[in-house]
Amino acid sequence: MIYNIPYIAVVALILIGLYAVIFKRNLIKIVIGITLIESGVNLFLITLAFREGSIAPIYRGSGSNPLNMSLPVPHALTLTSIVIGVAVLALMLSLIIHIYKHYNTLDVSKIGREKE
Amino acid sequence: MSKRNFAAVIFFAIVAIFLVFGALLMHPFGEFGEADQEHYPEMDQYIIDNTQEETGADNGVTAVVFDYRGFDTLGEATVLFTAVAGVIILFRRLKK
Amino acid sequence: MSGMSRIVKTVTNVAFPIVMIYGLYVIAHGHLTPGGGFQGGAVVASGLAMLLVAYGSVWTMGKVKEKQLSVLESLGAIGFIGLAFLGILMVFVYTSFQGNFFNNFLINQDKIPIFNEIGEGFANINTAGVIPLMNFAVGLKVIAGLFAIVLVMAYATRLKGVKQK
Repeated sequence: MIYNIPYIAVVALILIGLYAVIFKRNLIKIVIGITLIESGVNLFLITLAFREGSIAPIYRGSGSNPLNMSLPVPHALTLTSIVIGVAVLALMLSLIIHIYKHYNTLDVSKIGREKE
Repeated sequence: MSKRNFAAVIFFAIVAIFLVFGALLMHPFGEFGEADQEHYPEMDQYIIDNTQEETGADNGVTAVVFDYRGFDTLGEATVLFTAVAGVIILFRRLKK
Repeated sequence: MSGMSRIVKTVTNVAFPIVMIYGLYVIAHGHLTPGGGFQGGAVVASGLAMLLVAYGSVWTMGKVKEKQLSVLESLGAIGFIGLAFLGILMVFVYTSFQGNFFNNFLINQDKIPIFNEIGEGFANINTAGVIPLMNFAVGLKVIAGLFAIVLVMAYATRLKGVKQK
């Protein structure tokens, strides 16, 4: 049971982010919730790359033992995921600036309900 | 409590139960190797053994990102380019 | 946004070259130590954002237009794809090379003498083939892209009528 603590941390991050997306009404708080879910998924990808008693996958001159290194493929996938998270956050924030200039409020329940 | 709020609470409870149940049933943290034959990573063991002869780099992660899986890096560069293009388009003033 | 006081500007003048040199070090030694194109590009872009905060967005937009930044970013993207396609086109120049997409055509040969040895764990810079060139291309792209995002968003939300120092 004590060997599952990283997975419980991942679930805690995802649940807090999901709570902020569903139950809050300010647009900035929803964006912060989406970023928390992104961080939880990145932590899960890094956790899958660990072997018992291993070190980083860098080769040194005389002290590197190839049986003792972590797996390098999940590290590469996590790098890609972080960059995509930054790109999505930039686009979301620019759209929020435009919404504020048009409606003059940041409340989700007051925008987008014009019955024409 | 309105109907919409009630449905949101039920949805959140279902996702929470599913995630917690999944976290407690995962395989223990860091168990690979000869003792656990169905989870032994063969692809990563090949990459660790043959990086210095085939790519000549000393950093395993950079060799995976740019040489063994270079196509994923091309896709990621495209996503970054699309995001920068979208942000610059949104803030352009039309000359009247 | 307007600039900050004289103390902040002086400290930024001292700290900015140190951050740039550290970021370029992380980009250039990507095949030996942890780091590479994306990480070093983020470090340099955060140094440039520090310059933007200290001097104000109107002054920075007067020095660097966004057209020059988009030309730099396109150069980085063309360099990355060009190095990937050179793996195929090298078959027509030297017939002893193999022709794949993303082929590492610069190691273990004597005709082109740049980056052509094999690393043995002693941190030799002259190793690893195409990978350092790809690191420079991706680093340039990330620097220009992230700084363009921050500059455009800071310039478009300035307040009119605020007195610039």
